[in-house]
Parts: sequence; structure tokens; C-alpha cells
Amino acid sequence: MEWIFNPWPWYIGGPMIALIMFLLLYFVKNFGMSSTLRTFCTICGAGKSNEFFNFDWKTQQWNLMVSAGAIIGGALAAHFLSTDSSVAIHPDTITKLQDLNINSAGVSYLPEELFSMQALMQPKVLLILSIGGFLVGFGARYAGGCTSGHAISGLSNLQLVSLYAVIGFFIGGLFMNHLLLPYIL
Amino acid sequence: MRLFIFFLTGILFGITMFKSEAASWFRIYEMFQFNSFHMYGIIGSALALGVLMIQIIKRYKIKSAYGEPIVIPDKAMSFSRYAYGGIIFGLGWGLAGACPGPIFTLIGAGFYPILVVLVFAILGTWVYGLIAKKLPH
Repeated sequence: MEWIFNPWPWYIGGPMIALIMFLLLYFVKNFGMSSTLRTFCTICGAGKSNEFFNFDWKTQQWNLMVSAGAIIGGALAAHFLSTDSSVAIHPDTITKLQDLNINSAGVSYLPEELFSMQALMQPKVLLILSIGGFLVGFGARYAGGCTSGHAISGLSNLQLVSLYAVIGFFIGGLFMNHLLLPYIL
Repeated sequence: MRLFIFFLTGILFGITMFKSEAASWFRIYEMFQFNSFHMYGIIGSALALGVLMIQIIKRYKIKSAYGEPIVIPDKAMSFSRYAYGGIIFGLGWGLAGACPGPIFTLIGAGFYPILVVLVFAILGTWVYGLIAKKLPH
């Protein structure tokens, strides 16, 4: 049972994701986490003024339950299924991040410089998180899906358009990581 | 009852995202640095099994929980929306280091600043809906 408490290697994580996709397919649902963001807009009343959000959100109740489960699963994993949640990233990556003043690299689960309540008091950090979130939400809906909808379920179903989307994810991600982040952090 | 199954599936997903470290900003950064096989292994093995699974479902007409053959709808054909939308999403993924699934997981794990990411992701979705007709699709 010791393995549960240690970080999971890729060959456990990947097959688990495939299992989750199968469970959803078995219940005739398509794996896609960003759809819930649209459902939130509809629940907040965005459907009154805009037809994109004008749908019966109750048809998405199942996905709200998946999202609620993902929150509870995160809580269980962090508080009961982990003894040490530091992430053992590659030493070169740690050095690189330290050069960018991210000194919690290799020590914590998320960079404390971005995801602690203290850090949130800095306008720069608030901007990073809000712009990052905005781009994720806008881009996922524009592309009709995020990592789960395109990189996992779309590509699994050999959808060429999902390949376009995933190549886009990587172009955007690499551009941010290599060309913008060094100036932002 | 059926909703409860989805809730359990979500719990399994949340645990997997956290424990496999796919929800860690550090792992996403490292992935874009090409410094580790970890994230590629997760996505690659999920994908390899997924392709196999869907081929088996189609070939053997595997039935769903409701006794009907599982049909997976094709995504609408286009280039621009997937390319532009994908690049915008990637910029956000590289910056916030979290895609929508892990955003939920991290709320549960107690990293409350991620709520800022969630609120703005919802806002981004809303703005997309407002201007969608003016964008190339």
C-alpha cells in the first residue's frame, strides 16, 4: 500500500486517466472538464442575453458531479493519501526556476511564489493568475475543449481536429514557457 | 444514483490528478522544458490505452450501461478555431500551470489562490461566448 502515499509514476497516472475516460464512455458521456466552465456561466444567468449559454444546464449535472468529485478527490489525495507532496522535478528545471526566483522548486507541490495567500497580495501575482485563468477559459471554449477533451478523448478517437488543438496547446505553452515566463516571473 | 457514479468517477479523477502530479505547476513547467518524460508518459499512456479502448468499442460494438452500442460523436471539422483557440489555451496553461481538471483538484487540495484562476477561467469562457460570432471558426 506504500505506493499510494508516494507520488504516482506516469504508468499509473496515465492508465487511471484511460479508466476514467472508459467509465464516462460506458455511461455515454464525453470526458471534458472545461464544459463545466460554460455551465457555470449558464447557471449565473448568461443564457438570458447570449444564445451560446442558453441551454438547459441540468443536462450537464453529471459533469458538475465529476467536477465536485475532482475537488473532493484533490482534498482526499492531499490530506490523506500523501506523506510528502513535494514534486521531484528534474534538477536542471529546479536550477532554472531558482534563477527566476522560484525558490520553492523541488520543495513544494505548487510554487509558493504564485500560489500562497501571501503571494496573492502582490499585484503581479494576481495578474499572472487572472490572465492565466482567462486565457485557459477563453482558449478552451474557442478550441472546443481542453486537455481532457482534445489531448485525451479527442486524440483517442483519432480526431484530426484534436491534433490541431493539441499542437496549438504546445505552441502556446512553449511560447509562454520559453519566451514570456522569463520576463514575467 | 447515476449522479453518484459520476461523483465517484470525479473523485477518482481528482486523486489521479493530484497523485500523478499532473496538477502541479512544476510538472507543467518541466514538460515545456522537455526535461522529463513524466507528463509525456501520463498523456502518452492514457492516449495509447484510449485509442485501443475506442477501437475495441467500435469493432466489437461494446454496449453502454444502458444496453445500447456506444457511439462517440465526431468533432466538427475546422482548422482556425482549433489552432487559434489551442494557442490561446496553451498560453494560459503555460502561465497558470493548470488546465480545467486540475483547477478543481487544487481547490480541494487547499491551494485557495487557484480560485482566482477559476473565476477568470469562467470569465474567459463568458467573454468567448459574447464575441464568438466575430471570431474566425
